[in-house]
This record gives sequence, C-alpha cells and structure tokens, in this order.
Amino acid sequence: MSMRPDPIQRIDTAFFWEACERGEFVAQKCEKCDVLWHPPRPICPTCHSTEKTTQKLSGKGRLLSWVKQVTPGAFGFPEPPVAALIELEEGIRLVSNLEGVETDDIIIGMNVAVDFAETSGGKAVPIFRAAEAS
Amino acid sequence: MVDSLKQAAIVGIGQTEFSKNSGRSEQQLAAEAILAACQDAGIDPADIDGMTTFGLDNSDEIDVMRSLGCRDINYTTRLPQGGAASVTTIVHAKNAVESGMCDTFVIWRAMNERSQYRFGQPAMSISPDAHSSTFLEWCFPFGAQTPAAWEALSCGPYLDKFGVTSEDLGRIAVLMRKHAATNPDAWFYEKPITLEDHQASRWIIEPWLHLLDCCQESDGGVALVVTRMDKARDLKQKPARIIGAEYSMLFNHEIISDFYEGDLISHDIAERVTEKLIASCDIAPKDTNVAMIYDNFTPQILRQLEGFGYCGIGEAKDYVKDGHMELDGKSPLSPNGGLMGEGYIHGMNNITEGVRQVRGTAANQVKDVETVFLASGVAGAIIGE
Ligand SMILES: [Zn+2]
Repeated sequence: MSMRPDPIQRIDTAFFWEACERGEFVAQKCEKCDVLWHPPRPICPTCHSTEKTTQKLSGKGRLLSWVKQVTPGAFGFPEPPVAALIELEEGIRLVSNLEGVETDDIIIGMNVAVDFAETSGGKAVPIFRAAEAS
Repeated sequence: MVDSLKQAAIVGIGQTEFSKNSGRSEQQLAAEAILAACQDAGIDPADIDGMTTFGLDNSDEIDVMRSLGCRDINYTTRLPQGGAASVTTIVHAKNAVESGMCDTFVIWRAMNERSQYRFGQPAMSISPDAHSSTFLEWCFPFGAQTPAAWEALSCGPYLDKFGVTSEDLGRIAVLMRKHAATNPDAWFYEKPITLEDHQASRWIIEPWLHLLDCCQESDGGVALVVTRMDKARDLKQKPARIIGAEYSMLFNHEIISDFYEGDLISHDIAERVTEKLIASCDIAPKDTNVAMIYDNFTPQILRQLEGFGYCGIGEAKDYVKDGHMELDGKSPLSPNGGLMGEGYIHGMNNITEGVRQVRGTAANQVKDVETVFLASGVAGAIIGE
C-alpha cells in the first residue's frame, strides 16, 4: 500500500488533483487568452480574467533536473524516490517523480511520459516514466 | 544618492553565541541580540522607533518591545522569502531612516532551529496557505521535502550544463571551514576540513549535495541598529554607511524552489539587483573588497557569483578554484566562515561580519577594506566607510 503523502489541496488548486484521480493530466488555461499556466492561480496574469478552464495535456515532456532526498529520507516513501523537474511539451513545468529508471541511466533532457501514482489516502498524483522520442 | 548626512548607516551589531542548543527561548535570544546591538552602538533600547524581521521569525514585535522597554514604534514590517530576507532587511532599514520615518531602526533574527525544531527536515505542520509556503503543495507528495532538495533540484540544470563536479562544490565548503577555523565565534572554530573530508561526507541529496555542501542548523540571535549619518557621528562605533541596497522580485520566480521561470542557468534576479545597485551608487559588487554571499548550499555561491557579476556565466567554479575568494584574493568570501562555518542565523551573521570588516575589527580581517558586498539572492547591499 502506498504511503505517499496525499496532495495538499487548496480552493484554487483542487481541480488539478481531482483530475489526477480521474486519470486526467490537465493544466489551467485562461478562457480569454488561451494561455496555459502552472502552478494554478485564481486569475489570469495576462488579461486578469477569472474565467478559467482546463486543458488536457499530452503528458509528454523532458527531464530538466532530478534529485534523490537521501538524508533525511523522504517522508512517506520506503526508499527515496527520484524527484524530477519536468518541462512539458506545452511549455509548462512541474515537479514530479521519475519512476522505473535506475539513477545511473538518468540523462538530463531525456524524454518522459506521464503516469499516475496512488497516495496513502487513495488520491492520485502525476508521475513520469522514460519515453521514446516523440 | 542621498545627502551624506542623511545617508543610512549600520551603527550597532549584536549577537548571542551560535550553538546547537541555546537553552533559552527564541524571544530571549532576540532580546539579548538587540540589547547587545544597542549597547554596541551606545543607544538606549527605549529609543528604538522602527523594526523588521523575517516572516519566518517566531518572536512577536509586541514581545520584543515588552522585553526591551521600547516606547513608541513608527514602522514595522516582516519580510518574505525565507533567508533571502536577510539582506532585504537592509533595504527596508535604509528606506525607513533616510525617509525620516524612523531614527533608530532595529533588525533582528533569532532562532532555535536546531534544538527546538529542525529547519533542514520535512515540516509537517506548515500551512500551504501560509507565507512563503504555497510551493510545498507541488513538492511534498513527490519526496522533495527539504531546503536541500529544492535547492539541488533548481541548481541541477546549471551544475549539469557546466560540468560542475562535487570537488568544485567541495572547494567552497573547504574555504568556508578554513575561514571558520580561525574565527573564535564560529561553531567550527579550529575545525577545518579537507576536500577528502567533503567527498567522504554522507549524501544529503543525490547527485549533488553531500553533508558538507550544506549550511548548519544553529541556535542563536543576531541584531543590527541602523540610523542616519547625522546621528551616527555621536555614537560609539565607526559607522558602516549603507552606500547602496537594492531588491528585486521577478514574475513567476520563487526563491529556493525557483523552478518555473527562466532558463535555470542564469540568476536573473541577482542580475537585476546588480543593475539596480550600479544605477543607484555606481559601484559593482565585484569592485568591493569583501563578499558576504548567502551560503545555504554550495551551488548557490556559484550561481550568485555569476548573477552578481563577479565572473561570466559558467566561470564561477574556476573563479573559486583560482583562489580569488581566499582572504588574500581579489574578493575574499565570508571571512567569518559564512553560514556553513560560523553559524546559520538565516544569513544575518554574514551581515554583522560585513560590518566588522568595515570597522576593521573582524577575527579574520581583510586588509584595507573600503567596501563590503552583502548578498542574499534577491537583495544586495554595499556598505563602507
Ligand atoms: Zn487571460
């Protein structure tokens, strides 16, 4: 059973985590100017509209950076996971995990694709695995 | 630039001992440090009329006033962005006294971040809506839960691009501990390390940070008193004039978790602060005599050296290797031993050292100091005679 911490959810961010529970990977988008952004925010920084929607993302991206929090060990994980900074092909970035790749085989810039992992309270978070070049 | 008599100056510095278990409350550490700073300056704490600290400081302004007998405060503020607030305090102090709003402005930071709580370990109790902590939501469930993890994740692209090795980082730690070894106030007094010690120290964050790449967790308090030069002339110490102090916060940038904007290679915020400093006082950080640069983790020194214009992009590891930051080099780095060697009072003990270097009273005094650069990522200040 996963001991991974549940995501913290706030009024402005719950849509992201709720989508993950449905197996959907989304970002927030401004209805008016069509701009995507992450992390979520209550108002569009470009046109200041509060009319937000979500866009389903391809889930494809590349690895910008990775670390393993060895000491102290990561809370909620039996072994330290690979925390990863991902840049999605839609141009936005997020922190996630890279799973299924030995650390010796990790290459900055490698292609990755989204998957989902369960948390201790039955929620879900997006994680990434190695992918072929698209 | 302001009229020289109206210019702000640091006229008092105070600190407690730096330890791993102070044995007293954070409020007491704050009060002791402020009292020491007032006594150093020759100022009655009752006359304090302005104060600032970090958003993360646990001591309340009311309690500080109550302990020290402060009568009437004209201005208080609390600063965001964790330890990056350290040099930002100087920006606010300068504005407060040069505007005439305050005559006797106090800055403090006091923490029991080793004995009472662990600053370097996952904090389970922080509210995600609290100041400087919304980023936790996007890091915590992925096992990136400590300052060291966030720092390494944001510096990874830089370190990878320029082939920075663990030995390159280790040379910074060795330098900090060399300086601390001859500073009696340093926790690591008489405890220098070798590059081999650095390499053998345990992993904190693979693949970048060993234990000796990290600052300490310390208990202690530090305080400063700032006034104007017209008042400073009547006080006990040689004033350290605040020649320039600038701040920058850029769109979509975070502090230690600065993942979302820019190329993660150049330090855009430090570059902007440098531009503002040169515009305001016509002195570049690299032209000062001592560099007090926030050393929470070794990679941060490299990125700030480039952002603040000491060397070109990708050149910082060689700048350090070539000896420019030794005590007899072009830009001696943190002669007190910095936050790694002396103590980690969230950056503030690097500012008191900068003042001692200007006064000529430091344990590891650099020769012929006219100006000192103080930096904490988002803020930079130049102080001098
Ligand atoms: Zn918009």
